[in-house]
Amino acid sequence: MKPTPDTVAQPPEQLRYARVLDRGSKVGLVVLLLSFGAYLSGLMSAHVPPERLPDLWIHPVARYLELTQSPTGWGWLPLIHLGDMAGLLGIAILAGASVACLLALVPLYAARGDKAFVAICLAEVAVVVLAASGWLSGGH
Amino acid sequence: MHLPRSAVLGPGLLMLAASAQAAAPGPTGGVPWWVWPLALFVACFLMGIVAVPAGIGGGTLFVPIVGSFFPFHLDFVRGAGLLVALASALSAGPMLLRGGLGSLRLALPLAVLASASSIGGAVLGLAMPANVVQVLLGAVVLGIVVLMFVSKKSEFPRVEQPDALAQALALNGVFIDGASRRVVHWQVHRTIPGLLTFLGIGVLAGMFGIGAGWANVPALNLLMGAPLKVSAGTSSVVLSLVDSSAAWVYVNKGAVLPMIAVPSVIGMMLGARIGARLLNVLKGSVIRRMVIAVLLFAGVRALLKGLGVWP
Repeated sequence: MKPTPDTVAQPPEQLRYARVLDRGSKVGLVVLLLSFGAYLSGLMSAHVPPERLPDLWIHPVARYLELTQSPTGWGWLPLIHLGDMAGLLGIAILAGASVACLLALVPLYAARGDKAFVAICLAEVAVVVLAASGWLSGGH
Repeated sequence: MHLPRSAVLGPGLLMLAASAQAAAPGPTGGVPWWVWPLALFVACFLMGIVAVPAGIGGGTLFVPIVGSFFPFHLDFVRGAGLLVALASALSAGPMLLRGGLGSLRLALPLAVLASASSIGGAVLGLAMPANVVQVLLGAVVLGIVVLMFVSKKSEFPRVEQPDALAQALALNGVFIDGASRRVVHWQVHRTIPGLLTFLGIGVLAGMFGIGAGWANVPALNLLMGAPLKVSAGTSSVVLSLVDSSAAWVYVNKGAVLPMIAVPSVIGMMLGARIGARLLNVLKGSVIRRMVIAVLLFAGVRALLKGLGVWP
């Protein structure tokens, strides 16, 4: 019998990572599509109406924020009832999906005594969380 | 019938870019707002189709083309570019990992360094004046064109002995080559130069918002000695982690506009699906030459735009 990709078993942590990543990215994409649909259709009101955007997106981000009084950092979260801000929820899920994947690996590596990869996973989680915190980019 | 389809796609991309550019002299140019997300969706759909057979990430095409030919400020284009590359990498990741074409064990150590440096690159890129970023982007894109011309590939590089770090971290794996149906065991070497290279790649990915597959694959394949298919698959896993970190910087800075990012992500993902199905129909070498031509044009345009010669 000729081998197929399934006949070579991949490490359990790789398969677990793939499973969590698959779910996380699908949830993120669905949220992104639904919120964008609600924004475009006018079902949800917007912080910045779409018809104003062509006059605004030509500016650097600092000027755009000034003109629209848009929030930075996690300031969009309290405004999630607005269509354009709700779109950021899907983006946040996509950008945060890897954290859940990495945390799911830690118990597997720890059980095997693979301390190096426990440390690498936690270091990567720390990097993504640091980026998400907005602390480095002055988001708050 | 290889040529006619690819001959339609290439001019299609250029015509779309040119028409968008023609309509963009003023802030609005009298164009209704919805034309832009629609044009962006179509452009990204076409980019997605050609990206797969050309063997290049959609994110690499996105920033130079959209940054040069659409009216959006480069800050928003880079934010959207990172999301395009991230969404593509996240979608492909699970399949690549299950099939053994992406190695998590190889990706994680490289991704830690590249993610950290991508944050620095993103912060730096958003702090620099737009014209400086345009000039640097033009130079990087022209560098990619040169790399696409001269870069050699090694299907199964010979790695006689893994280095001490690769051995300690067990950076090896096994996969089945779909073409030969042969079980391939692989290992890597030159781990420390590889880690340092990924540190630099992270800066570029964060600063320009371009997917860095064009740099990841040669680094994994030619420098570290991973098989070509494992290099391409692992590059996607690395990208999913690196772009996550950099994307957060752009989100926190307010440089991600859903009106630009969402049509781009959807268009690119739909186009990539079509591109994958047309892989056997379209002639890869023709598409690749066409993409090189478009990138060359976009790179020169970015350079001249940054220098104020072609605003």
